[in-house]
Amino acid sequence: MRIARALPLAVLALAGCPKQEAPAGPQPILFGHVGSMTGNEATFGDSTDKGIRLAVDEQNKRGGVKGRPLAVKTLDDQGKPEEAAVAATRLLTEDKATVLLGEVASSRSLAMAPIADLDKVPMVSPSSTNPRVTKDGAVTRPYVFRVCFIDPFQGTVMAKYARDTMKVSKVAILRDVGNDYSVGLADYFAAKFKELGGTIVADQSYKAGDQDFKAQLTAIKGKHPEAIYVPGYYTEVALIARQTRELGMQQPLMGGDGWDSSKLYEIAKGALDGSAFSNHYSHENPSPVIQDFVKAYQARYGSVPDGLAAAGYDAARIAIDAIQRAPEVSGPAIRDALAATKGFQGVTGVITIDADHNAVKPAVVLKIQDNAAHYATTINP
Amino acid sequence: MTEFLQHLVNGLSVGTIYALIALGYTMVYGVLKLINFAHGDVYMVGAFSGYYIAHALGAGDRPTLPKALAVFVGSMVVCGALGAAIERFAYRPLRARPRLTALITAIGVSFLLEYGFQLPSFGLTTQPFPPGPTPRFFPQPFARVSWSLGGVELSNYDVVSFAVAFGFMLLLQLVVYRTRFGRAMRAVSFDAQVAGLMGINVNRVIAGTFVLGSVLASVAALLVAGSRPTINPLMGLMPGLKAFVAAVFGGIGNVPGAMVGGLVLGLAEEYVAGYLLSSYRDAIAFAILIVVLLVRPEGLFGRVRAEKV
Repeated sequence: MRIARALPLAVLALAGCPKQEAPAGPQPILFGHVGSMTGNEATFGDSTDKGIRLAVDEQNKRGGVKGRPLAVKTLDDQGKPEEAAVAATRLLTEDKATVLLGEVASSRSLAMAPIADLDKVPMVSPSSTNPRVTKDGAVTRPYVFRVCFIDPFQGTVMAKYARDTMKVSKVAILRDVGNDYSVGLADYFAAKFKELGGTIVADQSYKAGDQDFKAQLTAIKGKHPEAIYVPGYYTEVALIARQTRELGMQQPLMGGDGWDSSKLYEIAKGALDGSAFSNHYSHENPSPVIQDFVKAYQARYGSVPDGLAAAGYDAARIAIDAIQRAPEVSGPAIRDALAATKGFQGVTGVITIDADHNAVKPAVVLKIQDNAAHYATTINP
Repeated sequence: MTEFLQHLVNGLSVGTIYALIALGYTMVYGVLKLINFAHGDVYMVGAFSGYYIAHALGAGDRPTLPKALAVFVGSMVVCGALGAAIERFAYRPLRARPRLTALITAIGVSFLLEYGFQLPSFGLTTQPFPPGPTPRFFPQPFARVSWSLGGVELSNYDVVSFAVAFGFMLLLQLVVYRTRFGRAMRAVSFDAQVAGLMGINVNRVIAGTFVLGSVLASVAALLVAGSRPTINPLMGLMPGLKAFVAAVFGGIGNVPGAMVGGLVLGLAEEYVAGYLLSSYRDAIAFAILIVVLLVRPEGLFGRVRAEKV
C-alpha cells in the first residue's frame, strides 16, 4: 500500500526535475508537421514529410532563418481527422511550434484549421484542395494558407481535358461520399463538364475502406459511359480500376491529385493504363527548378518525388520565405508575410497567395501508360 | 438482363462471405447465448495470417497450388487457435457471470485485436508485425482467368470462391447433424446444464464451436483477400456487423438460417446499390435488421423458445 502511494509521487518528482538545457546557441524555429504517416493514405504523409525535411535541411545549410536553425517535428494522424486535431493541438501547446504544416487530405486539414486560428499560429497546407479549408463560410480563415490550387479549378481542369483532349461526351462519376475532397471535386467536375456540353450518365458513390465496388461498377457499365471520373484516394482507386477491368469494362478512368502514389500502380497492376489525373507537377518537366529538386530528392531518398513531395517542399519553403520577410518571429507577423507572398518560384509553379489564402497556379494532367504516369499537358487557371 | 445477372454474380460472391462469417456468430450464440463481437476481427486475423504465411513461403512471386493450400490451411489453423484462446481466456472465466459481462468482454477482445494490430511494428520479423494501420496487399494466390458469358463476367476466382464456400457450408451441415460432436453441440445448445449431466464435456464442445466458427471466418477472409487484395486491421468491422445482421435475419442460433441470411443480405445490398442509390448500400443491412426485429424477432428460421423460469 505504501509503495503504491509513493509511486505516483516519485513519478511527479521526476517529472518536476528541470530538463537538461539544450547546448548553447539560438533556439530553433519549429515546424510542426501533421501527416498521415500510416493508414490508408500512408504515402501522402510520407512523401510530404520527405519534401518538408529536404527544404528545411537545405535552408539550415544556408544558415537557417534569422540566425536561428529550423527543426521539424512530425506527428502521425493515421489518416483520421480526429487524430489530426489531437496532433495539431499537441504541436501547438506542448511543442510551441511556430508554423503548422499539413495536412494533405482536406478532411484532416479541416479538423486542424480551427485550432490554428484559435492559437494564432499560421498553418500551411501543402495539398488540401477543398475550398472550405481556408474559407469558413464567407470568411477567410485568418491563419490558414495553402500552396496548391483548389477543387473548383482542379475539377475544371479534368472536365476540360475530358472534353478537349479525350473527346468524351458521356462520363460516369464514382465518388467517395465520406470524403470532403472527393465530393467537392466530383461536383465541380460535373458542373464544368455539363457546361462544356457533356453529360453525366451515372453518379455512384462508395465509402473509403470498401473493398467491393462491383455493384456500382455494374450499374455504371449498363449506362455505357466513355470514361469514369473517380476523384478518390489511391487505395480505393486502384481496387476500383482492377474491378472495372474484371467486369470487362475498358473505359479510361479519370481522377485528381489523390491518385498520386507509387502504391496506386503497385495495386492496380496495369489496370489504369490509358487513364489520366490532374496533379500539382510532373517530375518529367525539364524546367531547371523542377529538375534540381528531383535530383536533390533522389540523391537523398532514392526515389522519384511525387506531387505530394513537391507540394510539401513548397509548403516548407513558402513558410521559410515568410519567416524571413516577417519583421519578427511571431504568429501574426508570419501570417501577414504569408498573405503577402507574390510570384514565389516553387517547384509546383509560380505561387501567389490570393485574398482567400489559396495559391493561384497551373495544374498538370498526367496520363498513365505502362503502369506509370507521364506528363500529358498543363492547364492554366 | 445481363446487368441483372451480373448483379446476381456479384451479390452471391459478397453474400457467401457474409454467410461464412454469420455461421460463426450463430454457432457461438447457439451454444453460449453470447454474441461474439470479436468474430469480425478473427476474420481480419485470418486475412493477415494468410498474408504472413504467403510472404514466408514467397508465394507472392510465383503462386503455386501447394503454396496456396499451405496458406489456406495455415491461416485456418492460426484462426482456430485464436478462437480457442479467446474462448479459454476471455469468455470461459466469465461464463457464470451475467450475460452482459461477457458481451462487454467480447467488445473488449474486438478492440484488443483491432488496435493491437495497429500498433507500430516490433521490428523482429521481415514483414512488419503488428502490421500497423497502413493497408497491406495480399499476394494473388493463383492466376486470374475470366470468361464473358453473354456479357456477364465470371472469373475462376468467383467459381473457386462459390465452390469453397458452399463446400464448407455442406461440411458444417454434416458436422452439426451427422457427427457425435455435432450432436453434443446441439445438446449443449438446447440445455448446457442437462447436457453436462448426461456426460457431455461442455467446455470442450464450446471450445470446439469457437474453433469451427473461427476456421470459417478465416476461409471467408482468404476468399475476400484473394480477389480484393487490400487488407487492414479494421477490415473486419463492417463485414462483422453485417454478418451479425445476416445471422439475426436467418434466426440467430440456426445454422441454415445464417447461410440464407448471408446470401439474402449480399444480394439485397447489391441490388440496392446497383438499381437504387449506392450511398444506401450500408444502410440497407441495418434497415433489414430493424425490420426483422419488428416483424419477426426470432428471424427467418428461428424458433421462439419459451423462457424457462
